Amino acid sequence: MRFGGQWRSVAREGWDRSVIMAKFLCLLHVVDTYLCSSVLVYGPSMFPTLNPTGDVVLAERLSTRLGIVARGDVVLVRAPDNPRKIVTKRIIGMEGDRVTFLVDPERCASVVVPKGHLWIQGDNIYASKDSRHFGSVPYGLLQGKVLCRIWPLDGFGSLQQGVWF
Amino acid sequence: MGTVSSFWAYTRKSLTAGLIAFTVSDRFASISPVRGLSMHPTFNPHTTSSLLESLMDDHVLVEKFCLEKYKFSHGDIVVFRSPSNYKEKHIKRIIALPGDWIKVPHQQDTLKIPEGHCWVEGDNATSSLDSRSFGPIPLGLIQGRATHIVWPPQRVGKLEKRMPQGRVVQY
Repeated sequence: MRFGGQWRSVAREGWDRSVIMAKFLCLLHVVDTYLCSSVLVYGPSMFPTLNPTGDVVLAERLSTRLGIVARGDVVLVRAPDNPRKIVTKRIIGMEGDRVTFLVDPERCASVVVPKGHLWIQGDNIYASKDSRHFGSVPYGLLQGKVLCRIWPLDGFGSLQQGVWF
Repeated sequence: MGTVSSFWAYTRKSLTAGLIAFTVSDRFASISPVRGLSMHPTFNPHTTSSLLESLMDDHVLVEKFCLEKYKFSHGDIVVFRSPSNYKEKHIKRIIALPGDWIKVPHQQDTLKIPEGHCWVEGDNATSSLDSRSFGPIPLGLIQGRATHIVWPPQRVGKLEKRMPQGRVVQY
């Protein structure tokens, strides 16, 4: 009888702890998907704004959800050619804009961004796979807007504007 | 004093419930209503649109586990954000996956689905806005896969994978 009571209290304590843990994980998930999250970004496509070796940036999810992004913002986008990959690019054109870009050193092309789409490019135009290759991307692929760099610490702060603006 | 503390407890409880609901609907599964006739007769088999029958719109269970790997098969019914307006969500059937060749209706040629894209169509070809008008969509727009009808009670059941014959050429 006493043993049973002891077991019951242990079980109740374990249950309480796991409920608290589950609530904490839920809070973490909601903050991560609806408010902001820190993301490790690497690769040469946003050089010199972001280091090719890797930066940790703070991305917020509110403005993409509410639809208040503007030209020049650095955004996280789910890559159209590989849904498991998220890339960091800068918004060059909004819907209805006419965008002119270099296809190869001799030839220019000019397109109008369709409704509900964005034109995104990396700051390093020589090593970036972006809208120049796969065309404009639907707004629904946006995952967040990069607010500031938080690591390395000496580069802390908002990202400077690219050469485009 | 008592009212303040009970109000506080109530707020805390509803906040916690909200957190759990958001997490479950994002990570595991959610229930969403199906409006319109684009998937008739799979969803919404009634054709008139009186007020009473619009209350009886089909509700489907949308599972989110498929979003971890983005692996889909032909004939899956998926919920995705519209490529022209991110606030709208559409429900359609996947007809072709990356690497397939598809015969586009009213055109003679076949089209290759690019990497990371899919071709979606409604079951009701006459009133459906789908890949026939906006082309292949990126898989990244997909928000979940519909597996069961959960409402109204007489239509509860599992959704079948169905494929129109002879549309897709695989190599």
